[in-house]
Amino acid sequence: MKEELIVSGRMNLNIDPVLHIWHWQIPLYLFLGGLAAGVLFFASLYSIRNEEEKYSTAVKIAPILAPIAIIIGLIALLLDLKHKLYFWQLYTTIRLSSPMSWGAWVLMAITPLSFVWVGIHLKEVFPKIDFSQKFFGTLYKMFTKEQEGGVNWEWKFGWLTKLEKLAIENKKMLAWAILLASVILGVYTGILLSAFNARPLWNTAILGPLFLVSGLSTGAASIMWLSKSHEEQKLFSKIDILLIVIELFFIIHLFMGFMAGPQVQIESAALFWGGEFTLYFGLFVVILGLIMPGIFEVMELNGYHIHVAIPALMILVGGLIFRFVIVEAGQITRYLY
Amino acid sequence: MRYAMAIDTLKCVGCSDCVVACQTENNVPHGYARDWITETVDGVYPSLELEFRSERCNHCDNTPCVRTCPTGASHIIEGGIVKVTPGKCIGCGACIQSCPYDARFSSPEGWVDKCTFCDHRIANGQDPACVEVCPTHCMYFGDLDDKNSNVSKVIANRKWKVLAPEAGTDPQIFYLI
Amino acid sequence: MKTTRRDFIKISSLGAGTIALGTPAIKFLAGADDSENKGKSGAVTRTPNYCEVCFWNCAGWVYKNEEGKIWKIIGNEDDPHSYGRFCPRGTGGVGMYYDEDRLKTPLMRVGEPGNQTYKEISWDEAFEHIAGKMKEIGGKYGNESIALFKHGSSGKHFGKLMSAFGSTNQAGPAYAQCKGPREEAFALTFGEPLHSPEPLDIRDTKCLVLIGSHLGENMHNGQVQEMSEAIDKGVTVITVDPRLSTAASKSKFWLPIKPATDTALLLAWINVIINEELYDKEYVDKLTIGLDKLKDHVQQYTPEWAYGITTIEPSQIRATAKAMADASPSVIVHPGRHATWYGDDTQRIRAIAILNALLGSYGRRGGFYLPTKAKLPGFPSEKNPNPAWSWRDIEPEKYPFASDGVTNLLVDGSHPDYKGKHSIKAWFVIGTNLPVSIPNTKRTVEAMDNQEFIVVIDTMPTEITGYADIVLPECTYLERYDDIRVSPHREPNIALRMPAAEPKYESKPAWWMAKELAKRLGLDAYFNFENYSEVLDWQLKQIGSSLEEMKKIGVKKFEREFDDLYFAPGEIPEFFTGSGKIELYSSELAAYGFDPMPVYKPLPEPEAGFYRLIYGRAPMHTFSRTANNPNLTDLMKENSVWINPKVAKEWDLKNDQKIWLKNQDGAISSFPIKVRVTERIRWDSVYMVHGFGHKDKRLSRAFGHGLMDTEMITNVLIDKESGGTGMRSNFVTFLTEKPEKEVQS
Repeated sequence: MKEELIVSGRMNLNIDPVLHIWHWQIPLYLFLGGLAAGVLFFASLYSIRNEEEKYSTAVKIAPILAPIAIIIGLIALLLDLKHKLYFWQLYTTIRLSSPMSWGAWVLMAITPLSFVWVGIHLKEVFPKIDFSQKFFGTLYKMFTKEQEGGVNWEWKFGWLTKLEKLAIENKKMLAWAILLASVILGVYTGILLSAFNARPLWNTAILGPLFLVSGLSTGAASIMWLSKSHEEQKLFSKIDILLIVIELFFIIHLFMGFMAGPQVQIESAALFWGGEFTLYFGLFVVILGLIMPGIFEVMELNGYHIHVAIPALMILVGGLIFRFVIVEAGQITRYLY
Repeated sequence: MRYAMAIDTLKCVGCSDCVVACQTENNVPHGYARDWITETVDGVYPSLELEFRSERCNHCDNTPCVRTCPTGASHIIEGGIVKVTPGKCIGCGACIQSCPYDARFSSPEGWVDKCTFCDHRIANGQDPACVEVCPTHCMYFGDLDDKNSNVSKVIANRKWKVLAPEAGTDPQIFYLI
Repeated sequence: MKTTRRDFIKISSLGAGTIALGTPAIKFLAGADDSENKGKSGAVTRTPNYCEVCFWNCAGWVYKNEEGKIWKIIGNEDDPHSYGRFCPRGTGGVGMYYDEDRLKTPLMRVGEPGNQTYKEISWDEAFEHIAGKMKEIGGKYGNESIALFKHGSSGKHFGKLMSAFGSTNQAGPAYAQCKGPREEAFALTFGEPLHSPEPLDIRDTKCLVLIGSHLGENMHNGQVQEMSEAIDKGVTVITVDPRLSTAASKSKFWLPIKPATDTALLLAWINVIINEELYDKEYVDKLTIGLDKLKDHVQQYTPEWAYGITTIEPSQIRATAKAMADASPSVIVHPGRHATWYGDDTQRIRAIAILNALLGSYGRRGGFYLPTKAKLPGFPSEKNPNPAWSWRDIEPEKYPFASDGVTNLLVDGSHPDYKGKHSIKAWFVIGTNLPVSIPNTKRTVEAMDNQEFIVVIDTMPTEITGYADIVLPECTYLERYDDIRVSPHREPNIALRMPAAEPKYESKPAWWMAKELAKRLGLDAYFNFENYSEVLDWQLKQIGSSLEEMKKIGVKKFEREFDDLYFAPGEIPEFFTGSGKIELYSSELAAYGFDPMPVYKPLPEPEAGFYRLIYGRAPMHTFSRTANNPNLTDLMKENSVWINPKVAKEWDLKNDQKIWLKNQDGAISSFPIKVRVTERIRWDSVYMVHGFGHKDKRLSRAFGHGLMDTEMITNVLIDKESGGTGMRSNFVTFLTEKPEKEVQS
């Protein structure tokens, strides 16, 4: 029998008996980051491809999710920080070796870009605004000129109008910037984890692309869900099926890599293969979060009538659980003891 | 200058004096520890191997904690000592995740705390508190670049191992075996 | 249920006053917090002290930080006990001072039986009451009827008081619960007990034999350090233990003996060493007496015979005997310290002493050196009265070789079943938690219930305080003067204890309590000083030092008077035995009808489903007294029961599972204990660290953590020579469900 134990009573909070320094905030943040990246990726992509009108949900409506997701994600991240009042230190330096630093700066870039993107489409998406609404009415009054009927509304501030004009004039460039930033954001959510080679489960380069694909998949699913156009739904359904296949492929690869790896990674894989995460991962992520919605989407394309919300919701929930599982399980895996 | 520590597992009895000495010297709050004792038992009665190790931050040469820190709070000072500046630390936990030795923890105030090799004592020419107190004299501290230092000598003359070498961190605490 | 006169009272059932004392506001008003110094920025300062966390009494420095708060304790480089390095308990001694659960004010028991509680009283009230009771009880039954149970430095002050009062009924668990049999065995063999610290020349030894002694787990500081030094020099360590102790893991030979058969192994070693003529012939011829008798006696104890008893292979027995002889005379068969195991302990340690004599290690380099100590005169005082009787007269036939007070004899004399003429009627208890330190708690409690008055002096609200009529809060060793430490060692040396801070709360030093009580008993003449510093200064000046000097250096070493650390070559010293020689055959034992040479007698064995309870020490704790120390509970807050994997499998026990224990007499543990499944323990035994499972809720960190081994020790086998209480013939079984039984208190 082999025993390995700490005998001096070490009981550091969130470290012992097993590492648990990250709780719900980080996986939620990673999920929302991935979602925002996915939505923005498709918006900028189809804008660049000049298919704005054909896929108007993707380009104009779905992006509204992005700033909301990012803001909630950032709040979650802030909640996770243990020395919160010093968060501004993130922006006093650029540290290329730190994915956390990358993330901070990418978010710094993509957040305003996403606002601008949403802003330049607002007039089109909401041609008429209703000032009598309780919450939104107040919000409208803060940013727009109050006027009868709310049709053809104008920004309240001149600089907003100028900014809008500038952005529309340079929309291609803006789209390219967003496309690049969204890929970095999507990859970052995976790289963040894979940079921690002290956690054998995360110590794999597949995590970056896997999280990017998963993020794109949640983005595609959201667009599919929001879209009213059958053609657009069909496109994103197809994209989503492709992404699901790639994701499954990555997941298989991930585990093949682990099984071929050192003992600590074999043990990590075991957490999902008979270990405590088998149910969550196998059922909720792989079956209910990937395979089943994939099947539903294929069936839909073949004429079966399945409400688009069903596969979309399954993908979104699966993506969220996926991040929870990876973050929780990764912290359990270790080199020592 | 490259500070390092060598710990003789043939002498260590796991008494944990190093832990309590660190706690009092550095005013580490109750319930937290910058160093600790690991016991490993292997074999079947009565053919057994027992080893005690006094463990702490390995002040690695290849420091994932410093690499992943987004603010530069985790940094390396003279002699390769890895330190944290509380005023720069945001408590994101990245360094904690990146340490294969679980040597870091979040202090009650929120910044990340860890072993400092007692750099405040080294500055006065003293050994770290854990080394100075050890009743079995099983710990050696010094400069690896100085071939005549205690630590260089024992490493040159004895068989040793480091912890989790496969994590690739190039740890600077050597366990004499 | 029978109502007892003396209910156990949890100090936690105190009035609101004391609870409020714990809150910062009241502490501030009372001026009892050390925060008064906060903010004052000064330099780091240090004051000398010697440690009181255990009996090793290492000397060191108490450091205070820039704010004047006690910060850390570091060993004194000149100290031969610590060599400048404290053990974890000494380093964590600061926790004793900062423990917020400390006793804070004098307390008095009030109320009707069954509904009693404590109230806070002033020191004056306390002393008036105690002095009144002492006079009353002394008047009725004689002053001898008041007994003192004591431990440590503060015990000495009350020892003086009681001697002055006319009672020598004084005893400490350090004798009959610990090293009593060892001291008598060595006195019977070499004419001199070993005392403390033991004069073992470990640093220069070539072969160290540990029999159940787990150096490294017991942090007998100087010995642990010297063992480490010896390991560096390539010492051969031989460890005999049913458990892979820390020391066993450092040993060249680990003999995983069947428990309770040590004497058989020792006799087989003696057999081999004599028959194979491995002994130090010149030494044995000139210095010892009785070799022929011993040789005849041990012929029956061959290694093959011992194999069947000890399970140690004959080849191993011979190889280890050879290893000892090869190292002779630089070999130490360690005499151990806590020697009260099986009730035949004087005889077992006699076998150890004889083995050392045969190997010629006593008085030789790398064996036992000849200690010396500084001659510090006592402070002038009145001559003590001669008491009419003492503890020995309680049972005059018993324990003829006991040379120090036997606690269990005092308990016998206090118990309602005592039929003799010399009853004990009142107890003073200082620095020892009797229900935990003396086995058979039930009997101790019955004896306490039979007392007319009990005073307990302690720093912490341990179990014993619950049985007191008056509780006096003592300040810790960091807040007081005590006697100069004068200990036997290679060189004469002295060490000073002085206060590093004012006593916290209302606590006071024991010398002050003894002096104040003496005043009220008309015994002023015995306490001729205002402050204890006067006593120390006077004493120090008699040997060419002073309090002022000692405050600066902490430890002072003196030259040995003669060059006699070891016997000179060819020297034939005289020993203080009946024959003047080392007695392999003890005429004294024979005269009292005991075996003159050790005889192996089989001891009880566990029934099926029961396992021998072996207890021991963890390096981070001292007895049961450190279990609430905040620094040390950080290191270890509870004990676990070690169970061999085979046994665990049989019982389906898992690591960290909580179980209760039941012993052969049906005693059930109050609290559960966590299982540690480990190969380090034999399949016929279980092991746990002593000192946990405290029952007083007021010990906020210790309450209910782990299991108190003493509860499982109801079968006490008394050593007939010395009165030592053998505690290792108890067997336990496992209860996986919470037993139907109320937790006492």
